[in-house]
Amino acid sequence: MLYIKCPFCGDRDETEYHYGGEAHIARPENPDELTDAEWAEYVFMRTNTKGVHRERWVHSDGCRRWFNVARNTVTNEIVSVYKTGEKPDLPEASTSKPAPAKKTSAKKKEGA
Amino acid sequence: MSRFSIFSLARNAMSWHQNWPRQWRSPNPKPEYDVVIIGAGGHGLATAYYLAKEHGITNVAVIEKGWLGGGNTGRNTTIVRSNYLWDESGLFYENAMKLWENLSIELNYNVMFSQRGVMNLAHNLGDVRESVRRVNANNLNGIDAEWLNAEQVKEFCPIINISKDSRYPVMGATLQRRGGTARHDAVAWGYARGADEMGVDVIQNCEVQGMMIENGVVKGVRTSLGDIKAKKVAMACAGHTSVVADMAGIRLPIESHPLQALVSEPMKPVLDCVVMSNAVHVYVSQSDKGELVMGAGIDSYVGYSQRGSLHVIEDQLASAMELFPLFSRTRMMRSWGGIVDTCPDASPVIGKTPVKNLYVNAGWGTGGFKATPGAGWCYAHTIAKDEPHDLNAAFSIDRFISGALVDEHGAAGVAH
Amino acid sequence: MTEQFRTTQGSRVDRSKAINFTFNGKNYKGVEGDTLASALIANGVHLVGRSFKTHRPRGILTCGSEEPNAIIQLETGPRSEPNLRATQVELYEGLSAKSVNCWPSVNFDIAAVNAIAGRIFVAGFYYKTFMKPSSLWMTVWEPAIRRMAGLGVLPREKDPDTYDHMNEFCEVMVVGSGPAGLSAALAAGRTGARVVLCDEHPEFGGTLLNTKEIIDGKPAQEWVKTAVAELEAMDNVRLLKRANAFGYYDHNYITVHERRTDHFGPGAKPELTRQRIWHFRSKQVVLATGSHERPLVFADNDRPGTMLAAAGQTYANRYGALPGRRGVVFTNNDSAYSVAIDLVDAGMDIPTVVDLREVVDGDLPNTARKKGIEVITGSGIVATLGRKRVKGVEIATVSSDGSQVTGTKRKIDCDTILSSGGWSPAVHLFSQSIGKLRYDEEKVCFVPNVSSQNERTVGACKGSFDLQSALDEGAAAGAAAAKDTGFGKGKAPASPKALVVEEKPIKAYWVVPTDHPVGQGKRKHFVDFQHDVTAADIMLAAREGMHSVEHMKRYTTTGMATDQGKLSNVNGLAILSSQLEKAIPKVGTTTFRPPYTPVNFGALAGRGINGDLADPVRRTPMYSWHLENGATFEPVGQWQRAWYYPKAGEDMHAAVTRETAALRDGVGILDASTLGKIDIQGKDAAKFLNLIYTNAWLKLPVGMCRYGFMLKEDGMVFDDGVTSRLGENHFHMTTTTGGAAGVLDWLEEYLQTEWPDLEVYCTSVTEEWSTLSIGGPKARQLLEELAPDMDFSNENFPFMAWRDGVVAGVDARVFRISFTGDLSYEINVRNWHGLHLWKKCMELGEKYDITPYGTETMHVLRAEKGFVIVGQETDGTQTPQDLGMDWIVAKKKGDFVGRRSFIREDTARADRKQLVGLMTDNPKEVLTEGAQLTYERVNPTPAPMVGHVTSSYWSPNLDHSIAMALVKDGHNRMGQWIYAHDRGKVTKVKIVSPVFYDPKGERRDG
Repeated sequence: MLYIKCPFCGDRDETEYHYGGEAHIARPENPDELTDAEWAEYVFMRTNTKGVHRERWVHSDGCRRWFNVARNTVTNEIVSVYKTGEKPDLPEASTSKPAPAKKTSAKKKEGA
Repeated sequence: MSRFSIFSLARNAMSWHQNWPRQWRSPNPKPEYDVVIIGAGGHGLATAYYLAKEHGITNVAVIEKGWLGGGNTGRNTTIVRSNYLWDESGLFYENAMKLWENLSIELNYNVMFSQRGVMNLAHNLGDVRESVRRVNANNLNGIDAEWLNAEQVKEFCPIINISKDSRYPVMGATLQRRGGTARHDAVAWGYARGADEMGVDVIQNCEVQGMMIENGVVKGVRTSLGDIKAKKVAMACAGHTSVVADMAGIRLPIESHPLQALVSEPMKPVLDCVVMSNAVHVYVSQSDKGELVMGAGIDSYVGYSQRGSLHVIEDQLASAMELFPLFSRTRMMRSWGGIVDTCPDASPVIGKTPVKNLYVNAGWGTGGFKATPGAGWCYAHTIAKDEPHDLNAAFSIDRFISGALVDEHGAAGVAH
Repeated sequence: MTEQFRTTQGSRVDRSKAINFTFNGKNYKGVEGDTLASALIANGVHLVGRSFKTHRPRGILTCGSEEPNAIIQLETGPRSEPNLRATQVELYEGLSAKSVNCWPSVNFDIAAVNAIAGRIFVAGFYYKTFMKPSSLWMTVWEPAIRRMAGLGVLPREKDPDTYDHMNEFCEVMVVGSGPAGLSAALAAGRTGARVVLCDEHPEFGGTLLNTKEIIDGKPAQEWVKTAVAELEAMDNVRLLKRANAFGYYDHNYITVHERRTDHFGPGAKPELTRQRIWHFRSKQVVLATGSHERPLVFADNDRPGTMLAAAGQTYANRYGALPGRRGVVFTNNDSAYSVAIDLVDAGMDIPTVVDLREVVDGDLPNTARKKGIEVITGSGIVATLGRKRVKGVEIATVSSDGSQVTGTKRKIDCDTILSSGGWSPAVHLFSQSIGKLRYDEEKVCFVPNVSSQNERTVGACKGSFDLQSALDEGAAAGAAAAKDTGFGKGKAPASPKALVVEEKPIKAYWVVPTDHPVGQGKRKHFVDFQHDVTAADIMLAAREGMHSVEHMKRYTTTGMATDQGKLSNVNGLAILSSQLEKAIPKVGTTTFRPPYTPVNFGALAGRGINGDLADPVRRTPMYSWHLENGATFEPVGQWQRAWYYPKAGEDMHAAVTRETAALRDGVGILDASTLGKIDIQGKDAAKFLNLIYTNAWLKLPVGMCRYGFMLKEDGMVFDDGVTSRLGENHFHMTTTTGGAAGVLDWLEEYLQTEWPDLEVYCTSVTEEWSTLSIGGPKARQLLEELAPDMDFSNENFPFMAWRDGVVAGVDARVFRISFTGDLSYEINVRNWHGLHLWKKCMELGEKYDITPYGTETMHVLRAEKGFVIVGQETDGTQTPQDLGMDWIVAKKKGDFVGRRSFIREDTARADRKQLVGLMTDNPKEVLTEGAQLTYERVNPTPAPMVGHVTSSYWSPNLDHSIAMALVKDGHNRMGQWIYAHDRGKVTKVKIVSPVFYDPKGERRDG
């Protein structure tokens, strides 16, 4: 039972939240310009980080706000909790290897 | 290799079992192999076995970060069935089922495959509709499947509660009589012994740390025991596939989640079949030792911790108790977690990758154990021929680009 | 029977209060404070069980939850419980218990013949045989194994007891109430922090209750009494006894299993819940979980009468029950000497301590010597005599490396063996918290090394086995933990002074040799008692290549019995490490998993098993009316919806026929309140809907409604519903009943994470509104009577419009939408007016013979019109185009969720499975929903399936069965005959339009 600090409500049990998957995958602004493979990259492909994983949670049984959590997927240690639209740097020691650079990806906005 | 039998047991008993040979060697890696398989779980070992047996490729190494069979092979609830909805899945798993049915003799290793019947319960009208749909699909695909109404469910499994007063009453079930359970460790050990005998090197405590790739072609792997060259490299590393694939610059539609299971203390037999209920998250059978073996739901978040949250187990036991009120006074003896690799359509990826001569077999979700012989058999074919077998052609990564998913979530069950 | 082995010394029992009990059919007497095990020992009963595999006679080995042998079935009837440890069962008047897994009795057990074939029953033998012919496995071998296996028997009746779940926060959680735990709780409690102290035993005090330690010059139990009294007086401290902390989960989440009533006897306290699971979220944790004594592994070390040394001490000191008349102590460390001394003081004859160490000169051994106990060094027990009870031992000098017996054997008569192989800290919870262990070569055990959570380990659990260290470490940890949560200054209170006797080092000695090589003769060296795993089995596993500790465990089943390796794990892996000639830390240990000791399923399930409490049941305000009027209900998600309303003598078919006729010819009324409703406001609301729905929303006029599809990004239909424009920036959305919560989450996800610049607010209003759907040709007449001030003319209140007004005297919003094809109005009123309006409709509608109808009739009517139900016609793999609804996909409005996926190769295929209608040749034949379809009548196996029947009904209006189906390339195959297959039955069906009734929509306006 994880204990997650909602940025709006404070510490709550995991059961008050729903998990929302990997964070910072912005919806492409112009999907029509993407190839099928690029679109699949957005819809299906995930980093699935072993280590510190930036992910989204929603406080379903509370304020219903979405926010981001950086959590170590091996130890479940929560490194950082931050609001949607933010993307703080994480301490060097706790960051895992970033996803490989995506040469194929179309222009994407950051920060969602 | 010495053959296992009651006679060899008796003979060895005369010498106080001092002369049993090792079931597999502990070889050091050779500099180069025709095929290196990453991951010595059931899938990796079965793949090596069938590469050697069916395709004559014996210059094979199976390399394993920890101990063989130590991942999901040794952590699942051992259910085997083939009653999947879609043709692609049904035929794939049915091929696996046929291999299961002869596996103990094939491997000369008793994997205790026990076809005690698997029931999948239906709890509402939508479940009933989808269950009948699946039974009919199975029948037309040559897979045994029956629909049981609530009374027939009770007849097949007398301890089940079919009272209308349940929160989600049992309205019926599908039954696959040929489904059942097997001894998970024995599957890994049997394949390891069989592959080893044909010359395959099973190398434990050897962690992959990088991929050798030149011009889009894989050339080998970098490991904790040094570089190993390979003409072909095949991933069979379940929950860690994304991590290994990342070394080759490949992104996959896979997420790894904690999946918990538990056993009760051993008791005299009360449950002689496998009962599954997706709607209320109960998967239960009783092992030959007398323990109730139960699977819980998948924890929601990505996790490599091999541990989950207790509330998932509490919810699951509450549901189980509704179905089996008499379970109340037994006790949970051990719980544990695995790392399940899940795909968006609840079907696996088994095939080629964008890197030439590098292959992937992953995304099995909760279905990996039952697939073991079939996955190994098809994967061996794919590696040997550099093209998928008809049975796994539908399970390519490309389906996420074309949209040809094989959605085995079952009907979404959204009610109007 | 009298208690021949009861002394006058037991400190925690009350001899004046006798308790009668029955074991294996015989009557005995015990006293208050006894466990079943101590009472049996007081009565001289040691043979209490049989081993799992070869059914060897077994006696009581321990005094706690790690007991592998004394496994009993308690009571009979619905409150019977299997597999309890006699060492943990507190005695109560009338207790009745029996041994498990032996027949006909523990004294004469038929299955002991297994021992004859015991030479074959080595580790993993079952993997090597029973393979041919394969049919025999299922029919002969496995059933035989299943009958033989298993311990106790589950009662068949429903559990009459109830169980609770508790949730609590605290600053400092202390697990274990021995000297370290009590000190920690005192130190933390005095700061004012919220402290929880739990212990699995019925009394606080831990090992201090078992021994004769001295604190501040007085018996330690006096200090315990004072400490507990102080804790009890603190309002900020919660004390839980009989409470097993079984799990240490993420983020300092400690779970505790509390047994509240078992010690009173079954059903004796009906007003209390039997057990509780506590969930503690603690800021800091102090683990003071103590340690377990290890048995020595020697030849035939399983004879009844063989006991862990400290257990013997406990039975004598705590319960006043002597383990026997004459005992031999066998040890490799000093702690067992205090046992010998206490037992002699208690009146037992302890002629000899056999010590594996060459030099034994510690204070305790010397005290023992002074008491006249012979100490034999460099020696071991190399054989035991007796079968159902120890009759004697043979001792001899043994080589220091354990390889052989070096001296001549000497026989000593005795009825008891007390063995100590050293101590293993109970690091289970520490390890569960992902703390890292370290192997301590000097103390010969694994100890905590690196903490992973906000946790401190103290006392024996840390490997600090002396009393003063436990007291000091506990006090320091308690104070420091409290300080870390903002209480106190972190200074440990001065701890009391213990009388400490210095102990000399232990000698690691894993297998004691006998007169034949281990495993090559009759004598067996047991490592895991319950599972009959011997040292020879572990050596065999190593020979066969099972070199990982996990392989050894799984191949031999070491540590997989009900004690989960508390006694066997360290011995097992040490034997493996010596076989592999690898150091113990290199071999490593297996993972510790919850629970620490087994926890009842019933307790884990809590209240959740009792019907409505399993999951909330949602009912509409009109539920009571439906119930009173005989409705049958269908569960839809959490909701209970009226399915149909049978009149006397009607079955479902008759009721639905009557209900559908009313809708087509008169007027019907449906409770549609369960539909999800979401209020959407904000200046960008229309723009947002345009992105979420497949069709265009910007130009929808205020006062009008529109039907929409939502897709997932993969282009597949996910939910549908009618959304109405209440104002320029205000919409009322409806969703499917089951999809409501998911849709709201979905909307919020896009709003908050993708388009935070849009100003839109969503609110769930599902339960704000009661929705009554009134349909049929006479609906308008009824509405006009219900709402005389409203204009229901087609001109002023057209199809797909909504109007505010007063209906039946209450404010209402009326939508002119139809899921039946006939004239239909959906009236929304405030929730609390729902029942009133319903009753008013029934009252005013009586002259039109108004007919309430349920979901089944709704499904038939909508199917007649070819309307889809998301979740029935769809399963997450259909696009709007597949459903023949290209019209709902806007071509020009630009992007919306899921749109991009349409042009993918497979999604753009022209021959996808498409929604069609099916008509059977025989009008009376109703297809089965879920029937599979093929183009040809006769097919090979596997058959080429082209789709399936999604909906199928008898249509009274058409006097013909109708069905909807998804068929590959169906839209191009209108008029073709195909075949439906349902479990062997084949039916010829024609592909038709899914709109069976009123294809021109002429009935819509009444």
